[in-house]
Parts: sequence; C-alpha cells; structure tokens
Amino acid sequence: MDFKFDIEGGNFSKAGTASSDVKKVLKKLNVDPKLIKRIVVSIYEAEVNVVAHAYEGEMNVSIFPEKIIVRIVDKGPGIPDIELAMQKGYSTASPEVREMGFGAGMGLPNIKKNTNELNIKSEVGVGTEVELINYLN
Amino acid sequence: MEKLPFYHALKVVENVCIGCTHCMNVCPTKAIRVKSGIADIDKYACVDCGECLKACPVNAIIVEQDDFNQIFSFKQRVALLPTVLLGQFPDDITEEQIYSVIHDMGFTHVFEVDEAVDLLIEGTKEYMRKHTQMRPFISSFCPAVVRLIQVRFPSLVENIVRLKPVVDISSQFYRKKLVDEGFKNEEIGIFYITPCAAKIASVKSPVGEEELLIDGVINMDFIYNKVMLSLKKANKEKDAISNHRHLSKTSIEWSLTNGEASQYSGRCLAIDEIHNVIAFLDKLENEEITDVDFLELRACDRSCAGGVLSTENRFLAVERLSKRAKKDIKQQKETEEIYTTYRPYLLDNMAISEIEPRSILSLDSDMMIAMDKMKKIQRIMKVLPGIDCGACGAPKCKVLAEDIVQGKAKMTQCVFLQKMLTKEELITPQESFDISEGTWGKERFEKKTIKNR
Repeated sequence: MDFKFDIEGGNFSKAGTASSDVKKVLKKLNVDPKLIKRIVVSIYEAEVNVVAHAYEGEMNVSIFPEKIIVRIVDKGPGIPDIELAMQKGYSTASPEVREMGFGAGMGLPNIKKNTNELNIKSEVGVGTEVELINYLN
Repeated sequence: MEKLPFYHALKVVENVCIGCTHCMNVCPTKAIRVKSGIADIDKYACVDCGECLKACPVNAIIVEQDDFNQIFSFKQRVALLPTVLLGQFPDDITEEQIYSVIHDMGFTHVFEVDEAVDLLIEGTKEYMRKHTQMRPFISSFCPAVVRLIQVRFPSLVENIVRLKPVVDISSQFYRKKLVDEGFKNEEIGIFYITPCAAKIASVKSPVGEEELLIDGVINMDFIYNKVMLSLKKANKEKDAISNHRHLSKTSIEWSLTNGEASQYSGRCLAIDEIHNVIAFLDKLENEEITDVDFLELRACDRSCAGGVLSTENRFLAVERLSKRAKKDIKQQKETEEIYTTYRPYLLDNMAISEIEPRSILSLDSDMMIAMDKMKKIQRIMKVLPGIDCGACGAPKCKVLAEDIVQGKAKMTQCVFLQKMLTKEELITPQESFDISEGTWGKERFEKKTIKNR
C-alpha cells in the first residue's frame, strides 16, 4: 500500500506535516506505538532536511506486511560527502536555519539511530534520496 | 459500588435531544453520531471532556450524578470540596457561610481536596528524580486528558506521572484520619463535589488504581444552588465554622492554569483547553517538540474554573480565587497532621499502576485487514463529497467512510450519493427518503414538530 506526501522547501512552518500524516496512517493500521514513534521521529528529521536544504521534495510510504519503507526524494543541492554528513554535529545549514533551532548536525545520525536500514543516494546539484526501512518484527 | 471499565457521566437525554449535530461536530475524539434523530455517544471513544454538553443548544446532555440522599447511608459524611467551588459565589458570601450551609445539608465533615497538594508536589519531585528517562512528565491531574492520551496518543501513556491525583490523596488522608479517630471504615462515606464530568468518570472507574476511594459524587452546580437557596432563605448570618482552615496559595491555585507547572523546576508548560492540548500532543508525539520537562495539560479553558459544572463565569472565578490565594495565611506545616502523622502513609500510597493504552484509531488489530480497510476507505472517499456536512449522521466524510468499512454505516446515508443514485434510478425517491428518516428520525421531516420547538 502506497502513500505520497509533498514537502515544501524552505517553509519551516509546514515542516512536520508530512510526518504527521504518515503517523495518522500508521495509527490506523495498528502498528505498534513504539515503532510508530521511531519511524515518525526519523522521517521528521528527514522531512526537516528537505525543508532546510532542498527546493522541493516528496515522501513516499510503502507498507508491506513485514516492513515499512519510507523514501524521501528531493530536488536540491545534493550531499557531496555522505560519510561526512553522517557524522554527529556536522552541518552545512545556514545561520538563518540554525537560528530557527534546526541545523545542529544531528539529523542523519538521529535517523540512523531510529531506523533498521538507512540508504542514501545523492547527486550534487540534482537531489537526494533517503530510504528508511523498518521491519515490523 | 460496581467497577465498570468505561463509566461515563455524560448522558444524552433522549426525549430532549433534537439531533442537531452541534455536539457531534465539537467532539474531540469523534465519539458522537446521530442515529434516528438522537445523539449517540461511543463509550470507547468518549473521554468525558464535556465539550458536547457545552455545545448543546437544548441542554440534552447532562452529567449524571449520584442521588444526594445516599450520603445518609453513612454515619460519617465527608464532603470533599474542589477549591474552584469557593470561586463560584459573589464576594459578599463568605467562606464560612458556604462551609456552614454544606454542614447544614447533612455533612459531618467538610474538607477541601487541595489540602494535600504539598504532599503531591513532594511525591512528584521524587518521582521525576527516579524516572528521568520518562521525560517529559505529563501530569495525571486532568482525567479527561489521561483518557485522551490513552485513546488518541497511546505512545505517550508512559509519560504520564503515575501518581494519584490530589483528590484521591485527600480522600485517603481523611478516611485514615477518621478511622484513627475511632470511626469504623464502613461508617465513613466520602463524597466529592465535582466541577466536571471527567472527574466523575475517574472516580467511578479510576485509571491505574485498584480500589474506589470515593463513595459518591455530587455535581458542583447542585451544591451551588443549595448554598444560594439556603443563604437567600435564611437571610441571616450563619455561624462561622471554627475548625475551618485557610489553604495555602499553592493549594488554592493548584486547579487553576499554571497551578502545577509553576511548582517544578526545568521547562514546565501549562496548556489548557482540549484542542490546544491535542495540537500540542500531536507535535510532542512526533518529537517536533523536545526538551520539555513537565506538562500540565487540562481539558477545560481556564482549567477547573471552566469545568462544565461551574456556574460562574470562569474569568471571574479565577479572579476571585487569585484574590483568595493572596490572603495566604501562614500555615505551620510542622503542626499539621497531614504533614506529621500521615506524611509517610500518604507518600507510600501515592503510586498508581501502569496506564494502559487503548487506541481507538486502529482500523483492525490485524494489520493486513487494517490495510484492506484503509484501501476501501480511500475508494469510498473518492465518491463522498468531502464537504463534511454531517447530514449522514457522522461528523466528517472521512468518519462516515470509516464507519462504512467497519459495518456501522451505509454508503447511502450520504445525501449526495442518495441524490445521484435517485437520478440514476438505482433507488426510488421513497427509498432515499426512508434512509434519511433512519438517520434523522420521522419527526424531523414533519414540519415544526421537532420536540415542539
């Protein structure tokens, strides 16, 4: 079963709406509240990344009997060095973004902590695709 | 008293209800549908917040209370007053007069529930020290909020502070005190005067507690009327009650907004009014809001001063209580029984057991079936008009779609679909009419006969 939610780049007031919508779906599907929390926390981080760095993006959720895959695809600057981006505290966020309380360099590390499998594909100048896989058992 | 799993104090009086959808549209848990022209409350979804009662234009929703005369089946009759009660009366009526009338009504003891607040603060601080990983701590004060979290935010139940609300601690204190004074336990009847429906529900079927600590509940508006009537009739100065004590500022302000949040260190927030609470919990659940230590969440605007059974304007009540709090008369804690003799007993008995989540959101306990149902809902949503008119008897098109999938409603309840089906001659105009009569009752379609209004 698939769902698609749009993410608007640069609009921090709307950051979190896609994650909230996903949460509502997972609650309806009787997914374990603890797993929902982990998934929502990680996709919220990913959503904020799109808002902070990219021009636009979308969140695609695919639900299978044994796993939930969330793919966050954006059109944006891309990540030149994924390994570096995965390091705690590393951030390329602008001072404006930091002033709003984002950009502490914890986004990707937090996602990794809360997800079973994390795959990142990125092309500089084109965009980034972050894939989060969580198993139900 | 029999313990019921989901006791609700809010009741629809069927011969008064005009099936007007006001309550259905304001319910924060979408617990209400209109069936045969009468509001029907789902007992699993209802959290007793009282929004429906506030919205009802004909007073068809009431708060069911115990028969007052049952107090006389006990030798010792204790009235536990909420502090907000004293904020309901005009300034020229004194606390002593109010106490005196309540004694005259038949109570042998009159106490205020918020007397035990300082002990609860002590217990809460200790709890927070021991369970730092449970941050942010959510107060268990408001029973409507506790139930809201159980049904709508199941992942946050573990953040609720697992300590008794102050009314239960006070009730335990007074019972023990009277037993120690030589009265038999079964002779003691403790009656709580409630400002809202949720407190009644939590007294009758407490969450996380085994025993019922309170013998009966009396509605605050009932007591208010009794006191006013008695004072108007008597028209003379009542004898002051000598053992009447002044509460501390902390106790008086406890049930008002920021009463709890102002007592703890760290980042403490006070949020009142149920929609504000829902909006906040939504963000908290997503961890969009982090770094909060303590949350005081209350279902009513201005907290208990805005309870459905309060009679006075809530802003005036708050102002009066704040004035009363300023009169703070220095108590000598060391000489008070509650802090000397009973402190260890009450602190030891303050914990409650685990609070169970009971989500009303999932479509089915089996995820595969839930997924099938969700696909069906998506299909149904494509044909529903999406204007949330409520004419089907459900508050939103989405809710109707869920009801259909759950076998609780039919597609043809939608008036738009009825018109389309009639046009395409799939149902006759008479069939369409019959369906609407099923939702709204026969009376609704007879001109000007709706309950003679």
